[in-house]
Formats: sequence, C-alpha cells, structure tokens
Amino acid sequence: MAAVEFDKVTCTFAARGGSGSYTAVKDTSLTIGEGEFVSVVGPTGCGKSTLLNVTAGLLRPSSGTVRVLGEPLAGINRHAGYMFQAEGLMPWRTALANVTAGLEFRGVDTAEARRRAEDWLERVGLAGFGDRYPHQLSGGMRKRVALAQMLILDPQILLMDEPFSALDIQTRQLMENELLELWSADRKSVIFITHDLEEAISLSDRVVVLSAGPATHPIGEFAIDLPRPRDVAEIRLTPRFIELHDRIWHSMKEEVLKGYAQTRNRVAS
Amino acid sequence: MKRYLRAVQVAMLVAIFVVWQVLTQPGLVPNFMWDNPDRAAFFFGEPVKMLQVVWEWFSGGAIYVHLWVTLEETVLAFVIGSLLGLAVGLWLGLSPTASALFDPYITALNAMPRVVLAPIFMVWFGLGIWSKVALGVTLVFFIVFFNVYQGVKEVSPVVLNNSVMLGANRRQLLRFVYLPSATSWLFSSLHTSVGMAFVGAVVGEYLGSARGVGYLIQQAEGAFDINTVFAGILVLTAFALVLDFAVARVERKLLVWRPSQSETEQL
Repeated sequence: MAAVEFDKVTCTFAARGGSGSYTAVKDTSLTIGEGEFVSVVGPTGCGKSTLLNVTAGLLRPSSGTVRVLGEPLAGINRHAGYMFQAEGLMPWRTALANVTAGLEFRGVDTAEARRRAEDWLERVGLAGFGDRYPHQLSGGMRKRVALAQMLILDPQILLMDEPFSALDIQTRQLMENELLELWSADRKSVIFITHDLEEAISLSDRVVVLSAGPATHPIGEFAIDLPRPRDVAEIRLTPRFIELHDRIWHSMKEEVLKGYAQTRNRVAS
Repeated sequence: MKRYLRAVQVAMLVAIFVVWQVLTQPGLVPNFMWDNPDRAAFFFGEPVKMLQVVWEWFSGGAIYVHLWVTLEETVLAFVIGSLLGLAVGLWLGLSPTASALFDPYITALNAMPRVVLAPIFMVWFGLGIWSKVALGVTLVFFIVFFNVYQGVKEVSPVVLNNSVMLGANRRQLLRFVYLPSATSWLFSSLHTSVGMAFVGAVVGEYLGSARGVGYLIQQAEGAFDINTVFAGILVLTAFALVLDFAVARVERKLLVWRPSQSETEQL
C-alpha cells in the first residue's frame, strides 16, 4: 500500500488583486511508497510547497484526489508530521514545552509528556537545552527542536518543506546526516521538498523533478541507487553521485531557465 | 557610569528646586515681573513650603488613606479594563464578521474624549471609587483592545499551521496560540495602560470625590493654596514613578521569552 497517492491533483487559486486565476499545480499524479524517502525538486516558485500543503490537508485540491495510506484524505492529515521552511516554534514556549505541545494537544499526561520530550531532545542532541526559549537558540538548534517536536508524535509520513535551507552549509550537512540516522531507525515515508539537487540526491531513494510554474507537474523521476547508510558530505564525491547529478540536472536545466526567465519578466513588467 | 548619571540627575532636580525657591520667595530677589513681592509665590508656590506640606502629610499619616484610594482605583481600573479589552480583542480578532460590524463604533468610541463621561459615571456609580474605576476602564480598555486585536491578527501563520499539524483543535489553538500571542501584546502595552488607569483615577477624583490624591488637589485649589496643589502634584508624580517601576519589574518577569536588544548590547 502506498503512503501517499496523488491522482491528477490540480490546485487553482484566485489571482491576487485581480480577476482570473493562477494554477499552481496541474494534473499531478505521484505515488510515495511506504518507508520511501522521496525528494521533490524544482525551480523556485513552482508550487512545491502547494503540493506539500495538499498532502498535509492544509489545502484542498481544486480537483483530483489524495489518498493517504489507502484512505481518501479529508481534513487535516493525521498521519503526517510537517516541518516548515519558516520558524514554526511557539516563541513563548521553551524548547521542552514546544516538544511536548503535540502530546499536550492529545491529552497525554504532563509528567509522561515531559519525560518523552526530554528523551527526544537528547536524541536530537539538545539535552540540557530544554529550558531555553527559541530566541536563545541558534538556527540549527531551532530546527532540531522542530524535528523533535514533529517526531515525538511518531507520524507515519514526514513532510519537510526545505527545512534546512536557512542554515549554513556545515550545520546543514550535520542536520541532514542526523535526519538520515533518525529516519533509518524506523523508516517513515518522507516527502522532502528542496531546490537543492545535491541535498535531494544525497538524502533520497527517489528524486522527483517538477516543471517550472505555473501549472507545475512532475517531468521526471529518478531512482537513487546509492548505498545506505550514507554520509551526505562524502557521498557527493562518489562517481555514481556525480553521474546521477548530471542526468537529473540535464532534465531540470531547461525548467530552471524557464522559471528564471519568468521571474525576471515578472520583475521587469 | 550609571552612578554618575544618577548623581547628575539628582543634582539637576536640586538645582530646579533652588532656582524655583529663589525666584518665588518674597523679597529674596528684586521684583521684575510684578509690583507685589508676594505675587510670584501666589502663582507658583514655594518649594520649601510645598515640601513642608508633603512632610506633614507623610509624618502625620494623613496622606495614606488618599494614596490607598487612588491606588485601589488604579489597580481596579487596570484589571477590569485589561480583562474586557482582552476578551473583546480576542473575539473581534477571531471573528471577521463581528469586527467588520463593530469597526465604526469602536473607532467612534475611541475618538470620543472619555473625560466627558465622568459626570455620567458619577450619576451612575456615585461619588465612591467605582465612578473613577469606570472612567479608568474606558481609558484602559481601548489600549488593551487595540493591542490584543493586533496580536491576534499578527499571529504567525506558520506557527498556526504548525500547531494544527501537531493536532491542536480550535479551542486549543485559542488557548495555546492566540491567547499567549495576544497577552504578549497586552504586556507590551502595560506601561501605557497602567498610566491610563492612573489618569482615570486622578481625573475622576478631581471632578468629584471625598477621598484620593486628586481630591486633595481639588480642595487645595478651591482655597487658592498653591503650595498644597504642588505638593499633591509632587506626590502623584512620585507615585506614578513607583507604579512604572513596579510594572517594569513585572514585565521583565513575564516576557522572558522575548528577545531583547539589551542581550546583544555591547558592554
């Protein structure tokens, strides 16, 4: 059974400040297997986040269906954890209280929630930082808190929207390795959105390339047959990685240029 | 550095009092404004006599009952006004229909000079503390209301979506996201709203009461006792400073989660 199945999903928005409409995603069919790590890459502004919001149930598709673990999705996707690109932590809660939030919403006993949150903070390398407020943590540490906050609920599907794009390259590779390590422990299904092809290849089982927007749709899928466990920094130097990178980049290049031209025209007009 | 600053500040205060005294004490300097040497003291009072009045108030204990009443009114006006502002702010912030409906009324009520309501409150609530509390509430309410409303509107959509994905239902969103966000805005308006509660209390007393510092000032003014009027003003100012200091302490406690500029300040 597939974890997530898109069947001809189309998302159309009313255009801002005028008549007409804008189609972000068009006729997208995509299947993410259980336990599979799938990265979705595409040029900027191509509707990658829209696809993720649809999977999360935060956005209803204009047409088409989304099936989660075989069931048609209605309302919020309760099987999914979502890690946002921007800061999603509650600034008025300490790191620990942010991690316990999901358990609190589910009515888990406070002492029990605390115990499990401390355990998770330790697993993401933040033991002893539980009483810090988000503004007292570095960007990388905040991402770790967000990761623990999501994983403590043990979701079967992880939705990640460029979660590490705001981090510097060293912190980013560290986080990627830690993500892989946590993931390999119980192999959840992951949809990982990124604009960074290297990140996509080094993390995933499969890379899906999207066309430039509007009316984004997948234009190519590539199985990544690199051996696991991987070290994201080292694997980038292997010949197979470079070969895959070349092939995927070739199929993307045209779309990236198209997306770039569109952005430029939009700025010019 | 800080101690030096304080010393200069105190010196300035003393200098002001000395200049004031020299200019107003009858016969000390030749008249240059009025023919009558007592005239300056009549209009501007004499600091030494003013301080004598203050000293008598505190040493004789006559002032405490008045200070207490003013404090009581201030605190009540602040608490009631804040709670009302918080409730209405949350409600209108979360309900676009209600906010669209009430918008012109809120604007009109806020634009109205609230002091004119004092006589009406006097008729409704009598000369006791409640007419002053009511006046203070009308002043505090709008400050808190606008802040809370803004706080609700500006909750980060990412934080909201994140909470939804973590499983929060509507009620939990209100309690764990909207309320903390709104109260943080409420606390940031703490100084202004406490000040407004104080203004409401004093103005209310001044316009008609039997107790309170505002009442003392009003009585002295009726007897052309300018020294006592200034003494009352001095006590009020000192009182306001103490209130502000207390608020700053509370604020520091409640807003630990807020990033402050001072943390990155260079030493």
